[in-house]
Amino acid sequence: MISKFQIASKNLLRKKTRTGLTLVGIILSSWVLVSLLGFNRGYEKALNRDIDNMGYQIMVMAKGCPYEAATMMLQGGAGLRYIEEDVVKTIKARPEVDKVTPILMQAFFDPNKGDGGGIAGYFGVDLATFPAMKPFLRFHKGGWFADANAAEAVMGYEAAELEQREVGDLILVPEKNVQLKVVGILQRTGTQDDGTIFVPLRTLQKISGLDKITTIGIKAKKDADLTGLEASLYQLPDMQVVSFSQVKQTIMKLIATARVMVLSIAVIALLIAMVGVVNTVLMSVLERKHEIGILKTMGAMPGDIFRLVWTETLILCASGGILGIGLALVFARLSDLLVRRALPYAPGGELVAIDPRLSLLTLLTIVAVGLLSGMYPAWKAGRIRPLDSIRSDA
Amino acid sequence: MSASNSIALEARDLTRIYGRGSEEVRALDGVSLQIRKGEFVSFMGPSGSGKTTLVNLLGCLENPTSGELDLAGRRIFGNGEVVGERDLTRIRREIFGYIFQNFYLIPTLTVRENVALPLAFYRKPGVEGEVEALLKQLGLEHRMNHLPGQISGGEMQRVAIARALVNRPEILLADEPTGNLDTTRTGEIGEILQQLNRSTGLTILMVTHNPDLGRLGGRHIEMRDGRACEA
Repeated sequence: MISKFQIASKNLLRKKTRTGLTLVGIILSSWVLVSLLGFNRGYEKALNRDIDNMGYQIMVMAKGCPYEAATMMLQGGAGLRYIEEDVVKTIKARPEVDKVTPILMQAFFDPNKGDGGGIAGYFGVDLATFPAMKPFLRFHKGGWFADANAAEAVMGYEAAELEQREVGDLILVPEKNVQLKVVGILQRTGTQDDGTIFVPLRTLQKISGLDKITTIGIKAKKDADLTGLEASLYQLPDMQVVSFSQVKQTIMKLIATARVMVLSIAVIALLIAMVGVVNTVLMSVLERKHEIGILKTMGAMPGDIFRLVWTETLILCASGGILGIGLALVFARLSDLLVRRALPYAPGGELVAIDPRLSLLTLLTIVAVGLLSGMYPAWKAGRIRPLDSIRSDA
Repeated sequence: MSASNSIALEARDLTRIYGRGSEEVRALDGVSLQIRKGEFVSFMGPSGSGKTTLVNLLGCLENPTSGELDLAGRRIFGNGEVVGERDLTRIRREIFGYIFQNFYLIPTLTVRENVALPLAFYRKPGVEGEVEALLKQLGLEHRMNHLPGQISGGEMQRVAIARALVNRPEILLADEPTGNLDTTRTGEIGEILQQLNRSTGLTILMVTHNPDLGRLGGRHIEMRDGRACEA
C-alpha cells in the first residue's frame, strides 16, 4: 500500500531547500571524487601509453639533464646536444639489444606559427629501423617515405589537421627554405606522435648541415636484463642513458604528491557533505519527533524507525552520488582540458578516465560513508518514545 | 452494540509518580477500575487531575510506578518488571488505536497514504481493503488524494481516526480528540465515535474537557488529584 521507501522519500520533500542544498553538497563531492579518481587512473594510463608508444624502453643521448631530455623527447622538443652516429653500431652489438634506431630532433623558428611565430619541430627518423620499432603506427592516408633520402614528410594527425595539410601538399621547412612533400598522415594515436612531423634522417641531416644525431632509441630483447643493459650503456663516454621506466616512476612520484593533496581535499569535501547529511537528517528527525512517536503508537519498532531514517540518508546519498557521477561523465572533457592546462606535462589521450567500475566504486563509497553518517540520526530517531513526543507537545 | 460482559481491561491500584527535581509528583494515586469490551468510557476532570496519565498507562504508552494492569485477561504490568519499549510496541499494535488532539498527519502523504501508514509497519491478517472501507465509512472518499493541508480540521481528525482503526484495534484511545476543533466539528467527531462504538463494539477510552462530548460515553469517570471516581 505504502512502502517505507515512499514514506522516506516523501519526508525528504518536506524541506525542499534544505534537502536540495544537501544534495548539491553530495553532488559536488561525488563529482570531485570520481573526477580525481578518474584522473588518477587516466593519467597513469596515458603516461604508460605514451611511454610504451615510444617503441623503445631506453634512450641514449649526449650528457645533460636526462629528465629534461626525456620530457622534450615526449613533447617533441629539440635543442639537445649531438652524438656521433657510430654509437648506434656499438649499441646494436650488445647481446641484450633487439632493435636500435637513430633520431635527429631539430627545431626551426617559423614566423608564421601562432601570433608571434613559434618553433616547428622535426623528427629525422631512419626508414629502415624506426617504423619497425613502432609497428602500431597506422596511416590515415599515404605511407612512409619512398627512400632514405627523399624530400618527403609524414605528419602526425594533429600536425596535419592544424596546418590543414593533405597527402601531396608541399610544406616549407622554416629558416631553411626547403620544400618537403607530405606523403603520409598518421592515424590519431593519442600520443605526442600526433603533433610530430617525421622526415627521413638523411634528409633532415642534409637540411640541417649535420652528420650527427641527437638520440638513439633502444628496444631490448624479450626477458633481457634491462638494469644490466642500462649499467653497460652508462659506460659509454659522454652519454646519458634515460630509462623510461625511471622517467615514468619519477613523473608518477611527482604526480602522486599532488594527487595526495588533491585527494585529501576531495575527502574533506566528502566529509563536509556528510556533515551536511547528518545535519539535515538530524534536523528532520527532531522536527518530526511527534510523528515518529505516533508511528511508534501505530506499531513501528525502533528498528523500523531506524531503517526509515536510514533510507532517507540512502536516498540522499545515492541520488546525489548518481547525479554527481553523471555530471562528472558529462563534463569529463572539460575536466580533462582544465587538468591539461594546469599540468606542466600532460601525456596524450584521455587524462580523466571514468569507467563504469570507477563510477560504481565512487557511488558505493558515497553511499557507505553516507550510511555511516546517517547512523546517529537514525539511532536517535529509533530511541524516541511515543509518550515523550506527545508530552513535548503539551 | 452494547458492552459485553467480558473484560477488556482491568487496572488494580495503578500508581504513577513523576520526579520533578527533588520533588515527587503523584500523578496517579492507586486507581482501580474494570472496563468491559464495547464500553465507551469518558475520563473527565480538571487539568492535572491525572486523566491523561491514566489513559496513557491503560494504553501501554508507559509503565506505572506500581500496580497491575490486565488486558483481555493477560497480565501486562504488575509482574514486578518494567516492560520494555519493544514489548509495549507489540502490545500496542495488537490492541490499541490512538487519536490525539493534534492529528499528527504526515503533511507530504495523501489522506489515503496517511490512513494506510500503520500497515507499512504492521499488518494484522484480514485487514486488506480496510483503508478504502474506512475512507468510505468516515466520508473521506472524495478527499483520499488530497494532502492534509488541503482539508479541514474535522476531516483531519477523521483521517486520524481512520488511521487508528486500520489495523482493527480492540480499544481506541482518544486524548482530547476535539481539542483543536470548533463546536460543529466537535459534534461531528463525537457522533463518529459514538457510531463506531455502537456499530462495531469498539471499546473507546476518551479523555476530554468537553462535557457535551463526555456525555456521549456510556460511562463517565471523573478524575481528581490522581484518583478516579465513577460519575
